Order: sequence, then structure tokens, then C-alpha cells
Amino acid sequence: MIYDITARITTSYIPAAGAGRHVVRLEPLSIPGTQRLIAGEVRADPPPDERLDRTDFFGNAVTECAYLAGLDALTFSLRATVERLAQPVTLDLSPPLPRLAAELDERPSLAADAPHHFLAASDRVAPLPAITRYAREVTAGASTTLETVRALGAALHRDMSFDPSATTVETLPIEAFEARHGVCQDFAHVMIAALRGLGVPAAYVSGFLRTLPPPGQERLEGADAMHAWIRAWTGIETGWIEFDPTNDCLAGTDHIVVGYGRDYGDVAPVRGILRLSGRQKGTQAVDVVPRP
Amino acid sequence: MTGDGEQDWSGGYAPQPGVPDELMTADGSIRPAWAAFHAHLSRLDRDELSRRFALGDQYLRDAGVFFRQYGDPDATERAWPLSHIPMILGRQDHGAIEEGLVQRAELLERVMADLYGAGSLVRNGQLPARLVAQNPEWLRPLVGLTPRGGHFLHFLAFELGRSPDGTWFVLGDRTQAPSGAGFAVENRLATSRVFPDFYARGDIHRLAGFFRRFRDGLNDLKGAEAERIGILSPGPLNDTYFEHAYIARYLGFMLLEGEDLIVRDGRVMVRTVAGPQPVDVLWRRLDSRFADPLELDQASAIGTPGMVGAIRSGNLTMVNALGSGVLETRAFLAFLPRICRALLGEPLKMPNIATWWCGQTAERDYTKANAHRVMIGPAMSQRLPFEDEETTALGAWARDSARQAVDDWLDREGAHVVGQEAVTLSTTPAFVDGRLRPRPMTLRVFLARGAEGWRMMPGGYARIGLGDDPTAIGMQAGGSVADVWVRADESVSPESMIAGPATFTRARRGVLPSRAADNLYWLGRYVDRAESAIRMLRCYHLRLAESGERPAPILDRIAGYLAQYGLDPRTEPIPAGVCATLDAAQASAGKVRDRFSVDGWTALTGLARAARDSTDRLAPGDETARTLGELLRQIAGFTGLVQDNMFRFTGWRFLTIGRALERADRMAAVLADFADPGAPAGSLDVAVEAADSVMSHRRRYAVETNRATVVDLLALDTLNPRAILHQLGRIREQVGCLPGAEVEGQMSDLSRAVLRAHTGLAVRMPADIDTPVLTDLRREIAGLSELLGRDYLR
Repeated sequence: MIYDITARITTSYIPAAGAGRHVVRLEPLSIPGTQRLIAGEVRADPPPDERLDRTDFFGNAVTECAYLAGLDALTFSLRATVERLAQPVTLDLSPPLPRLAAELDERPSLAADAPHHFLAASDRVAPLPAITRYAREVTAGASTTLETVRALGAALHRDMSFDPSATTVETLPIEAFEARHGVCQDFAHVMIAALRGLGVPAAYVSGFLRTLPPPGQERLEGADAMHAWIRAWTGIETGWIEFDPTNDCLAGTDHIVVGYGRDYGDVAPVRGILRLSGRQKGTQAVDVVPRP
Repeated sequence: MTGDGEQDWSGGYAPQPGVPDELMTADGSIRPAWAAFHAHLSRLDRDELSRRFALGDQYLRDAGVFFRQYGDPDATERAWPLSHIPMILGRQDHGAIEEGLVQRAELLERVMADLYGAGSLVRNGQLPARLVAQNPEWLRPLVGLTPRGGHFLHFLAFELGRSPDGTWFVLGDRTQAPSGAGFAVENRLATSRVFPDFYARGDIHRLAGFFRRFRDGLNDLKGAEAERIGILSPGPLNDTYFEHAYIARYLGFMLLEGEDLIVRDGRVMVRTVAGPQPVDVLWRRLDSRFADPLELDQASAIGTPGMVGAIRSGNLTMVNALGSGVLETRAFLAFLPRICRALLGEPLKMPNIATWWCGQTAERDYTKANAHRVMIGPAMSQRLPFEDEETTALGAWARDSARQAVDDWLDREGAHVVGQEAVTLSTTPAFVDGRLRPRPMTLRVFLARGAEGWRMMPGGYARIGLGDDPTAIGMQAGGSVADVWVRADESVSPESMIAGPATFTRARRGVLPSRAADNLYWLGRYVDRAESAIRMLRCYHLRLAESGERPAPILDRIAGYLAQYGLDPRTEPIPAGVCATLDAAQASAGKVRDRFSVDGWTALTGLARAARDSTDRLAPGDETARTLGELLRQIAGFTGLVQDNMFRFTGWRFLTIGRALERADRMAAVLADFADPGAPAGSLDVAVEAADSVMSHRRRYAVETNRATVVDLLALDTLNPRAILHQLGRIREQVGCLPGAEVEGQMSDLSRAVLRAHTGLAVRMPADIDTPVLTDLRREIAGLSELLGRDYLR
């Protein structure tokens, strides 16, 4: 499936902010066998005084923009064409959860996709006893790591309601969990906290969702803005799998990956540091259209 | 006490059984390295010794040496706890330590290069992946970057202890941003004042050469002659800020904070009063993750966005490289011995404290079985065991309370825990209750990389334990610090920071960071603001003393004038507002301490303290007036130091502009209130007195005060340093010397505005200068402050 993607993220500053430097992570990844970036361009408006394009530790595309003078509004936009390849059905060769730690030890690596990066607390997501307890209860019957991930995702989908007005980008996983509501970012953070609590390495995935569903299917939640789901390491054989707790499904051809990180902080679409900034207001518009 | 006036200070001094002592062997004889000093000590009697100890303490107080403790807002500055008896290292000990640590420094450099490069230590199983991947000090944005000069590490510190068998071992590696080298210098200066005659014999290694070589090494790291070196400090709230300012002054580097820096096109620039200027080498004293809020800790308010990018662009050398804090990880100590064999092909020359990472089955079992003689603490901690009282406990203690609980805990949380041998330390003499007693000690030593490789400072400092518990954990209670002397075989030549006489160069004029200019400007304003307020308060109390209980309109007038500044002379003799202004002056000065002489700083802190101390229990009237006069003399002492001693660099100009601007504004305010035709009788005399111009008036006019003479003297007389016109002239002169005063032959906005204010006043006659004119003038002066801020201070 080939998609044309456009996204715009606009921030207004009241009053105008001072000089600033921003890192932008909007451009989809190329992942051999899964996803191919055919064309992509990230633009900044107004044009920045400095611009640098590079990749970060996890391999995500980063655009760094600096402004020497103040701004009252700033827009970052993406136009991209991405091919998303259908995946063969995942065979569950993952070990039972208690054996996962031993398999982890057999993978001594610091490479970007090494599971060790994703097991400990990160800035925004630490394992929490309440969430770990919940995770143990809802996955009690699972016999493999993969089943554990799916059971946990299904339970979160069942127990948490999708509510775009309830949380912000700064909401902590424990707050979303206790209130049992949130947006895709909250679903992902809670699920990552739960998986880490169980000893399963779990990453945050930022990306896009197909805007309109194929004929006869329901529209997925989270398609109007950037989406988020999780990636879990299920052992040496089965490796990483991606699961979308907001929609209770494995990530498939409707999901387009922009970046991987330990939590939202690693892959935030825009992270900026400004001198003298006051209030700010943001808007997002995303359109993901499949080619016929 | 022995005969011939010899003092036996070490009488009753006895090393503990099984604990090596630095001064004495087990059989009670004095070790050779100490013999001469011990003999010297015995020739000093009790009074002489007390007098000398006091000299050392006095030196530290005068030098303003203090340290700040986080989390203790009340005791912000604490006296430096000097133990006056130095710890003396023989040449052999020193040689063995240096040899061991030079190897260790090389090893750490190789480990660092691997963790931020190939990653082979983890891949080959020599270091568990989780100790790196889950380590908050392993900074992913730095992975894959090689430092500009090829080296990650340039300046290291090590905490050492001596084992019962007499050999040295490493308690912890300090690789992030080691502190203490500046304190070692201050300890040395203080201790050499306690024992000046002995120190002058000249067989104790001096420290200056070590610093000179390190400075030269940093200079070699600069790409080009025009490049600059700065010390990057977290700022005055940091516990070792004094040392940052001290080292900056000592080595002649700029003292910078994150706020001083911006990144442009991949280069780090200092925001200065002459625009952004590049800086290429930063000796950082802040922890890596705070250095760049954009790529590292987003919450950091003391970093510079884009700093990591500048390193990535190859335009900046960080000393030490960002991310070097990972090497301090306690659990690494369990693996370094094996890594040394793997990377260097030889065993560690100096062992480190035996450490067991409980993420491994055998090590966990060992720790459980030997819990009675290990310290158990967090694996990822970057602290020294005795700095970590909350989380590092003796296993024995935990064991006694609940054996099973400890075992369960280690099984569950093993990967987060290390066991470390509950080591014992050596003891060294400290003067306690009138005689020498053995006290446990650890040694902090420093290594710097120079052109010829790593060299150890021939000295350092010793931490001396409070009690006589010789275990490392006993050091948690704190204690004192002592200078460390290294004995040379032959006499050493005195060294200083200045190189030989042949190579005289006048240092290039430094650039003034905008933040420093801002603080100097406000220091000037606050000091003159306080002076003006105190003079007016004195006018009030002198008149109160004369008029007694009788109501006097002039008193109301003065009180009304002071009320506009929030000061009420009726309720408090020295209003809190005055103390607050002096505290603000001190705070401004505190942020630019590297630019101040010790005398200037002492004068200012003394002044603020005197104001605070005298706020209570002063009788209004004469007594208060006398105290206020006292404060005025102290202010004159400070301003005199500034005027007479401060080098006329750009910073002095900002301080001078601040003072002149404040004084001009206050004088205008005084005239508006006290030379107004509606002012009560005696007002003109108050104006003259508040301007400290009573004598001048008498000599110049030979008549009683009248409105014309007073306005002439206090507004228009260019010979009177209190007159507004004189101050505007000073401002004009200084502004003309600032960078950018003229842009391609055109006056800057500020120069133009100053000229307008100056000439506007100069052409007036005394009779023209009424209250509305003065009010307009004050508005113009406020405008000058804004333009100055806009063009230079932001």
C-alpha cells in the first residue's frame, strides 16, 4: 500500500518568543521489508536561519532548525510518500515470560534496536507497582511473551476510554492509568510502563494512521493527528512486534512509522527551546491517503 | 612535655591494631617522610601553635573560601573545615600512586572510547549491556562522536584509601567534572601560612607547575590563536562555585554559565557586550546531562541549546567529553580489573575496592553469604560509598534486622545492587583536643593530561574522618580536610603560574559576557542606591535628635521622600529595604566573583552583614545616625577599592555607569522634593547634606543656602562629583568607550540619548530647573538604562 502523507504542526507564541532552536521528527522511516520512504520533505515556515538534517541514535530522521530572532508563529510541515508492505502472519515462537530474561542476556548489544535500551525507566515512563500489578492480573493466562503483550493490549483497550480532551502531552502514565482514559500517547505510555514492569522491553512508536478506513471497516481512533503505539521485544526468535493499544491490534499496513524511542520524549514531533517564551498554542493537521 | 622546651604533641598517639598509620609505624616510630615535620612541630609550643592555626583560618576567611551545601538553605556558606596538620606522602608512595593512576586514566579513556564508539566491551561480554543501556549517564546523543582533539578525558580525580598491607586502592573514579583541585590550592595556601618556615625549606613539591602544564595542554587544544577557553559553571548555586571562580581567576580563563552561551552555525559563542564571540574549549564543571536542554535533559535551565550539535560539528572540545559520567558508575568497579587485562593486556597496577554486581548469580550469592563484611548500595550510583548515606548501608546492619529480607531483596533487585568490601582505611594525625590523634582518611588526587601525557598533581587533599572508626562507611559523618604534601629528595624550585621571565606577554583583552556586564551594572546601581538611602535616613535621625518630640514638617518631608522607596524611618531605624538593597548588591557581585578582588568581596560582604546586624535595638535619633554614619564609611571603603584598584576593563565601565546613573537619578529625585518652592523650611539644607556637599556649598557660595545656589551646586556644577551634570558627563565618557558606541561613524542610539540628556541639562540655568524639569530628566535617565540593557546586557 502506498500512502501520500501531509502533516502540519503550528505553534503560536503569545507574546512572541525569543530566539530558539527546535528538533523536528516528522519524516517516516525506511524499514527494510516493512516500510519504504519513496519521497519526503520537511519544511519550516518561516524559513530558519540554520537548518541541519541528520539521524538520531535510534535511527530516526531529525531536522534541526534555529531562529536567531523572535517569532510569533512557527509551522513545520511534512509531505511524504510511503510504501507500507503487508507483513506475513507472526508465528508465535516467543518464550514464556519467565524465560525472556535469559534470552535478553544472550543479546549483549548496544545497537539502536537492542532490547536493553527499552527495559529500564526512561524520563517519562517508569515501571509503577500499581500498573505492574494490573499487568500481572490481566495477563495471568498468557503462556508466551507475545500472548502476554496481546492480552495486556486488549485489556488496556477494554479498560481505558479514548478521550482526546482528558489529557495533555505532559500527562503522566499513572494519571492516565488511574483515570482510565487518554489519547494514543497515554495508551502507549501506560502499556510501556506495564510491559517494563513485567520485564518485557518496550519502546514508543510515533507515526501516522490511515485517515479513512478501507470500505466496510471502521475508522481507527487517532487518525486526525500523529499517532502512537508500542513496540515490544518478545525474545530472540520472534523479536520486536508492534502493537496499537488504542485500537487493540498489531500495527499493520494502516500504520506508518516515523520514529522509535524509549518514550514520547525521544520522538516528540517538535521539541524546541526558546529564550523568553510565554504562552503557546499548538494545532496539528494530518492527512494520510492511500493511492488507489 | 619533654625537656628543653620540646613539645611532645604525639604523646599517647597510638595507631589502631591492624590499621596502618601515616605518621607512625606499628612499633611507634615516626615514618621517614614525617620525621622533619614532626621535629619541627615539637619546637612549637601551645600558644605558638594556636596562633599559627588562627593564621591559617584567617587566611581562608579573608580569601572567602567556603563551600555551599545543597538542600540546606539556611547555611548557604560554610567555613572551610581545615585540619591544620598536613598529610605527608613520601616520594615512593607518590611514585607508586602516580604509576597506578596513569595506567587507570589510560584505561578509563579506552573504556570511554569503546562505550561511545565500537561497543565491543558489551558485545564481548566484558560489561553487561544493561549497566550501559540503562545507565542515565550514558548519553545516546553522544554515541558515535569522536572528540575534536582525539581524547575524551583530560582531567580526572580519584579517591584513594590505604589497605592494611600498606598498598593503595581506588575507592572511586571521578570522571564527570571532578571538583577539589581549587580547594587543594587553597588548602595549600592556608597550610603554608600555618607552617611558613618549614614550608620554605623547600623540599615539598609545589602545585603551580601541575596547573601550568594543564593550562598549556588546554591551550594546545585550541584550533587557532584567536580561540578562547572558558570554564563552564552551573552558577553560584552550585556547591563548588567558589572553586570555579577561583580556578578561573587562577588560570586566567573566562568563567561562563550556560546562559552566557549561544550556538550559531555549529559554533559555541559567548554573548558579550561586543556581540557573540566564539569559544572553543570548555572545561565544564556541570554534569553532562545539563549541558544541552535540546538534546539532553530537557528540564535543564543551566544548559545551552545546540551544545551537542556544536560538538557533533567538530567545533568544540569539552573537558571532559560529555557523557564521561558513565565511568563513575559504581558497578563498573566490578568489571574494570578484567577489562584492564582485555584492553591493556596487563593487570591493574592499583586495585580498586572489591565490588560484586548482584545481577550475576555467583556475585549475588557471594554478597548474600558475606553480607556481614560488605557495603550494599545502588549499582548505578555515581557517588562514593561514604557520600551516599541514604542508600549505602553495611550488609551486617541489614542482615541483623532481617536476614531473609536481604536475600529476597538481592534476588529480586540484584541487577540494581552492588556489594562492596567494607574496607578499612589508614589513619593520619589530626589535632584534636590539644594533641595529635590518629583519624581515618581518604586521599583525593588529581591527574591532568598535558603534552607529555598524564601527570599527577604532587599534592591533593585528604578527607579526615570525625571519629576514629577506620572504615570507609565511617566517613559518612563528614569531618575536615587537610593539605597533602609530597616530599622531594632534593629541594624544589619555587614555582608559580607565571612562566619564566623571558616570555613576557600581555594577555589579550578578554571579552565581557553580557551577563557579567549586567551584574556589574546592577552592583553599581545597588551600592549607590543603598548609599543614597542611608544618607537620607541619617538626615532624618540627625534632625530627630535635634527636634526631639516636637512635630517638625521637615521630618514629614523626609519620611515622605523615603516612603516612595518603601522605607519608613519611623518604624525601623535601619529599614529592611536597605538591607535588601545591599543583599542584592552582594548577590550581583556573587555572580561575577571571578572578576572581584578578595578585598572588594570582603568589603561588600562585611557591609551587608553590618547593615543586617545593626537593625535591632537602635534608639532612633543620635544612636541610629551614628550607626548610619558607620555604614556610609564602609560603603566608601568599598567604592574606594573599586575606584582605586579595579582594572579599567569593560566590566569596570558598566559598574561605573551603574553607579553614575543611580546617583544622577537619586539627585534629581532629592532636588524635586527638597528644592521645590513648596518645600518646608530646612529642605535645602537636607538636599545639600544628602548630597554630602555641605563643605562644598560653604566654600563655593559663602552664603546661606538658597534655591539658586543649591540647584547650581547639585545639578549643574561639573566640579561637584555629586552633581547630576557631573554624573551625566561620566556616563557619556564611559558609554563612548563601550564597543559599538559608534557604528560606521554614526553614534549608537545610546550615545545619542546620553549626549541629548547631558547637553540638555548643561545649557539650563538654575532658575529653569524646577520640579517638572527634574521629573522629565528622571524619565530620560530611565530611558538610558533601557537602551543600555537592550544593546549590551541581553
